Amino acid sequence: MTSRVVEDLLRAAAPQVLGTLVRRHGQFDACEDAVQEALLAAATQWPAQGVPEKPHAWLLTVAARRLTDEWRSESARRDRESAVATAEPEQVEPEPGERGPDGDDTLRLLFLCCHPELSAPSQVALTLRAVGGLTTAEIAAAFLVPESTMAQRISRGKQRIRTAGARFTMPAPQERPARLAAVMQVLYLVFSEGYTTSGGDALQRTDLTAEAVRLARELHRLTPGEGESAGLLALMLLTDARRAARTDASGALVPLAEQDRTRWDRTMVDEGVALVTDTLAHHPAGPYLVQAAIAAVHDEATRAQDTDWHQIVALYRVLSRVEPNPMVTLNQAVAVAMADGPDAGLDVVESLRSDERMTIHHRWHAVRAHLLEMAGAHDEARAAYREAARLTTSLPERRYLESRSARLER
Amino acid sequence: MKYMLLIHNRPGFLDELTEAERTELFGDVDRIMGELTESGEMVGGQALADPSTAVTVRGVDGRPVVTDGPFAESKEQFAGYVEVDCASVERAVEIASSWPDVRFGGGVMEVRAVMQDSGAEM
Repeated sequence: MTSRVVEDLLRAAAPQVLGTLVRRHGQFDACEDAVQEALLAAATQWPAQGVPEKPHAWLLTVAARRLTDEWRSESARRDRESAVATAEPEQVEPEPGERGPDGDDTLRLLFLCCHPELSAPSQVALTLRAVGGLTTAEIAAAFLVPESTMAQRISRGKQRIRTAGARFTMPAPQERPARLAAVMQVLYLVFSEGYTTSGGDALQRTDLTAEAVRLARELHRLTPGEGESAGLLALMLLTDARRAARTDASGALVPLAEQDRTRWDRTMVDEGVALVTDTLAHHPAGPYLVQAAIAAVHDEATRAQDTDWHQIVALYRVLSRVEPNPMVTLNQAVAVAMADGPDAGLDVVESLRSDERMTIHHRWHAVRAHLLEMAGAHDEARAAYREAARLTTSLPERRYLESRSARLER
Repeated sequence: MKYMLLIHNRPGFLDELTEAERTELFGDVDRIMGELTESGEMVGGQALADPSTAVTVRGVDGRPVVTDGPFAESKEQFAGYVEVDCASVERAVEIASSWPDVRFGGGVMEVRAVMQDSGAEM
């Protein structure tokens, strides 16, 4: 039994075991710690001793025992005089019906971990641990912070859940859209964190991408009526499909137009395109779904010059209606330039100049630089590339922007 | 987003403080470090030895030349740093503003974003 197989098994089992335990004992906080300890025990024992016949029951038993131990030592602390007689728990198995309909627990956990009372870093950390079954050390390594920092984010998150009185239940119907949006935002944040990586620690971090896709797939399965869940999964698939081509052998960023499209993952593209097509036919166009549709148009072009830019412009028009924000307008500028020429695109870029959030953002200068280069205004383009390089806080982006600028040197 | 809070202060300023002020200063540092750990924003930090113990290496005619002492001649010298992972530059500035060196002894805090190794293709 390889540890990889065990790991997959444990990650899938984590939310189910936690759900059963919380339903039985309440106290999400203590149950989550107990499950984490059971997962750690399994991760060390199973690869050597083999997976038990009933892995779910094994985890539940160990977690329940940890929970009892914890309560016992707590009450011992409170009252050392009186011996608290608690019987050793027997082999625990979920009662029939106790697990509830398949996956409901996972969905409840996602809602709980992404509760609006929690800060974004706490939501992310707690979701990866309680629903994803990752250890604190793994999450810390992926986000490049010390383990103690990540542990603190998790315990703060739990504390917030406790003080907010949040329950392990489905949100009320009128709250559901906002709560679901919060879950999707957390999953997308995890995805981006893994996807944009291109450093020496890339391996650990791209694991986040796989984890986000796995959880988005789960969310889509559990919310079949939600177009945005499908959109989110499709967007991740259609983006992740390009991962092998987005950097060259030296780790430098390769822009979409110059990527070797034969290196795109066709299986992911096909799944994403099918998902977008099917969902658009039955659901209103939400932001994730429209972004997925844009990614699909890119991914369907086998050569950059075959890209249907007019369709992309139309999709951006829809996107800026359902989610108006200057970053969408900026991306739209690129599409407009490709469809109608650089001057038309530059007009859109200029329309954002009065927005201070944009002019201190490297992306605005980078897009402007590209379009100026397209228009043949090389001196201005060079200055804009340099300004973008100065403003970015990403090393690969700075390197890319500097090399674009250098290409225009006479 | 990760930020470095670079602490610059005047070497020897601690000696000019009263015992009570020194106790307050160190107490403040401990408290802020504790709060940052508690809030899950702390990444790390170090204090540096006195600048008079520094060794400076300069390139002269393409060759390294080693001299004793710090390289900068300014009144304030680099004394240490705190690295935080926080929600915004405003929050990083807020933490820097609370640093006791600013209040005692005319310390200077510089807030700089830390470059990431991840980036978006364009």
